Amino acid sequence: MTQRKKETAIIVSQEQLADNIFSMWLQTEASQAAKPGQFISMYTSDGTKLLPRPISICEIDKENGRLRVVYRVTGEKTGTKEFSALKAGDTIPVIGPLGNGFPLEKAEGKKAFLMGGGIGVPPILELAKQLTCEKQIVVGYRDEHTFLKEQFEANGSLYISTEDGSVGTKGNVMNAIAENGLSANIIYACGPTPMLRAIKNYAEENGIECYISLEERMACGIGACLACTCKSKDKDHHTNVHNKRICKDGPVFLSTEVEI
Amino acid sequence: MDMRVNIAGVEWKNPVTVASGTFGSGAEFVDFVDLNKLGAVTTKGVANVPWAGNPTPRVAETYGGMMNAIGLQNPGIDLFCERDIPFLKQYDTKIIVNVCGHAPEEYFAVVERLADEPIDMMEINISCPNVNAGFLAFGQDPKQVEKLTAEIKKRAKQPVIMKLTPNVTDITEIAKAAEAGGADAVSLINTLTGMKIDINRKTFAIANKTGGVSGPAIHPIAVRMVYQVANAVNIPIIGMGGIASAEDAIEMILAGASAVAVGTANFHNPAVTMEIIDGIEEYMKRNGFNAVREMVGLVK
Repeated sequence: MTQRKKETAIIVSQEQLADNIFSMWLQTEASQAAKPGQFISMYTSDGTKLLPRPISICEIDKENGRLRVVYRVTGEKTGTKEFSALKAGDTIPVIGPLGNGFPLEKAEGKKAFLMGGGIGVPPILELAKQLTCEKQIVVGYRDEHTFLKEQFEANGSLYISTEDGSVGTKGNVMNAIAENGLSANIIYACGPTPMLRAIKNYAEENGIECYISLEERMACGIGACLACTCKSKDKDHHTNVHNKRICKDGPVFLSTEVEI
Repeated sequence: MDMRVNIAGVEWKNPVTVASGTFGSGAEFVDFVDLNKLGAVTTKGVANVPWAGNPTPRVAETYGGMMNAIGLQNPGIDLFCERDIPFLKQYDTKIIVNVCGHAPEEYFAVVERLADEPIDMMEINISCPNVNAGFLAFGQDPKQVEKLTAEIKKRAKQPVIMKLTPNVTDITEIAKAAEAGGADAVSLINTLTGMKIDINRKTFAIANKTGGVSGPAIHPIAVRMVYQVANAVNIPIIGMGGIASAEDAIEMILAGASAVAVGTANFHNPAVTMEIIDGIEEYMKRNGFNAVREMVGLVK
């Protein structure tokens, strides 16, 4: 009973990785139970902004009790703008870890695609660190600001796509797969909905087991308010309708379970 | 310190419940909140059959609050009775089931189904701004409210709370109609209908176009309406609308609410209800109150 709480995390470090992309290490109890693909709710100190910002976990350092988040500042006067101004030693209220995370055990003995696009790239890093199977990391960026690239290289075979063609394959992650003639028998993916839709279609056409991490506007972040639903193929046992809760039942779903 | 309140013959251990729709049936909050400590749990609205709700996005943040158009997604009364009520019965708190419907017959079906269930009260949502615009108009018409209340009272075995919309010219007319129809209590306010436009996507921020605005930004409006209704009816009021602290709750009680419900603030801090209960008690100590009822409607 009442084992979890909104806690005060301490910022260990903060750096800018690319235009509007920031990386923050947090000292937080949420690190202890965290898994790749989960997220934390981060709260602003601005009293006019009440809702948590759900931010995916990029790296987990259990030993030192730390989590890394890599996030995008979405505009001026936004919560993420406030986060980006925090310095080492500052504090921030958080709740986590939340959501289900990627099912690592499904990859045993398989050849995997780990696919990320845009601000869906960061959660792929901890996944890459923890998966022990054959890993092909396929990540898509807008331009030459290929944040986290060195760390990906250390954790698998890396294939990059950029929208402007400045690095790797010009286009998206699907173009990178085609250009490099890659194949896999399990896929993990996180990114914008059009990318996930393309991956889901590719996986289903080729009969590949595929896990996608979805995103939607959230309010509570803990499964109570039913704001962040997605359409599910079957009637969901909890909601009793064809809706699943992204924050609680997800954000990671077997691609065939959901309609996007 | 006597924290107990009596709402239509049902004794709560303290005056704090949660606003329907912000707390599910409590299961998602047990990691953060001791449900035994709440005066009552008010469930998310339940209909006679499952409802899938609105398309997403269903929520948007607004200045000092939020806007939602969930569309009353709910699992239907059968699963609710099988799963949610037994879950809540494990705790020492009162159970208020919020009832929703598109038409009178749908409300009646739920009310009748609840007759033999071990719940303490029911709250009738005649004020959701996000479902069937025609039906909100129903909650805005005093004659219809009186008639529906009377019909529900004929069928209900538990005390009936009518939940009122603030989207009317004079909320006291609606409150008086509910009282005339035999309501045991009223709760107010539901959300205020609003709209937010995403200027980057150049479309509505939520798929339903309009949504219900809630949170601290609307609190003064809610306090005003509770005060007006307290001066217009003799049945107890459960006050809600932007309560985020003990101070907000006390304002509502001084304005005339016998109990309060905490809604949007649960999203900012899932444990906020616990802090509010403790804060009310501390305020009472500091101000020499011995019982919550001494504070109700003290500000005239």
